Amino acid sequence: MKAKVHVFLKPGVLDVQGKAVEQALHGLGWTGVEGVRVGKTIEFDLAAHDRAAAEAEVKAMCDKLLANTVIESYRVELT
Amino acid sequence: MKAAVIVFPGSNCDRDCKVAVERSTGAQVEMVWHGDTALPSGLDLIVLPGGFSYGDYLRCGAMAALSPVMAEVKAAAERGVATVGICNGFQVLCEAGLLPGALLQNERLKYVCKPVTLEVTNAQTRFTSGYGGRREVVMTVGNGEGNYFADEATLERLEGEGQVVFRYRDNPNGSARDIAGIINPKGNVLGMMPHPDRAFEAELGSADGALLFQSALASA
Repeated sequence: MKAKVHVFLKPGVLDVQGKAVEQALHGLGWTGVEGVRVGKTIEFDLAAHDRAAAEAEVKAMCDKLLANTVIESYRVELT
Repeated sequence: MKAAVIVFPGSNCDRDCKVAVERSTGAQVEMVWHGDTALPSGLDLIVLPGGFSYGDYLRCGAMAALSPVMAEVKAAAERGVATVGICNGFQVLCEAGLLPGALLQNERLKYVCKPVTLEVTNAQTRFTSGYGGRREVVMTVGNGEGNYFADEATLERLEGEGQVVFRYRDNPNGSARDIAGIINPKGNVLGMMPHPDRAFEAELGSADGALLFQSALASA
């Protein structure tokens, strides 16, 4: 199974990188851009056949290491 | 008196911390590798140094917080051993859940390296008792992710319980409520972004950091 974990700073936590990218886009003329957030994607293969078990496992990985839930939220995709 | 400095791969202030503690206090200081599963016995102080543990990969301090020795550091902290995390060490303490909140990227996206004036917000802690009536001290910051963040309820609790120990006079990184250092409710785990280890004798521009190590070991 392939897992993709998307990690972003929570809404309300200032994303300074996102702000800088947004300003750069404005500078290039894309003035309609708003609310840019820069996150990260972590992808890996997982030895699991049962989807529910895989979901629980990846969630545990996120809570333990992949995300800091004080400041970040995450979304898991399994394919 | 006995102290330990934890060395993670990528720590770069570990030797500074050793020298700072030795010269400030005369304590015997042992270096402890992150992969160790035991701490030296009879420790009076544990120092988590600054640097870029694990290359700052994933998040600053995230991998270091899960390294084998941290289970021992947590157990020692729970027993009441004085523990101070400086800069990257503060990030590790937050990631390990020994202190609340997290350190975000600096507000202006710049690495800031300069002396800063700090207000000693709480001089009643075991780390700051030596500052007595002094309200201001000078130490150096050197960080890219020193912007302290916690939710409002946590910030209120920190303020209400006297857990904010140091505050910036002129906030260099956007930290919530100018917070430069906080302590746990029990009063034995301190995390701070400024470096007392870079301010332990006058030749370094300030000797104010020496008092912090002296205070921490005064009761030992």
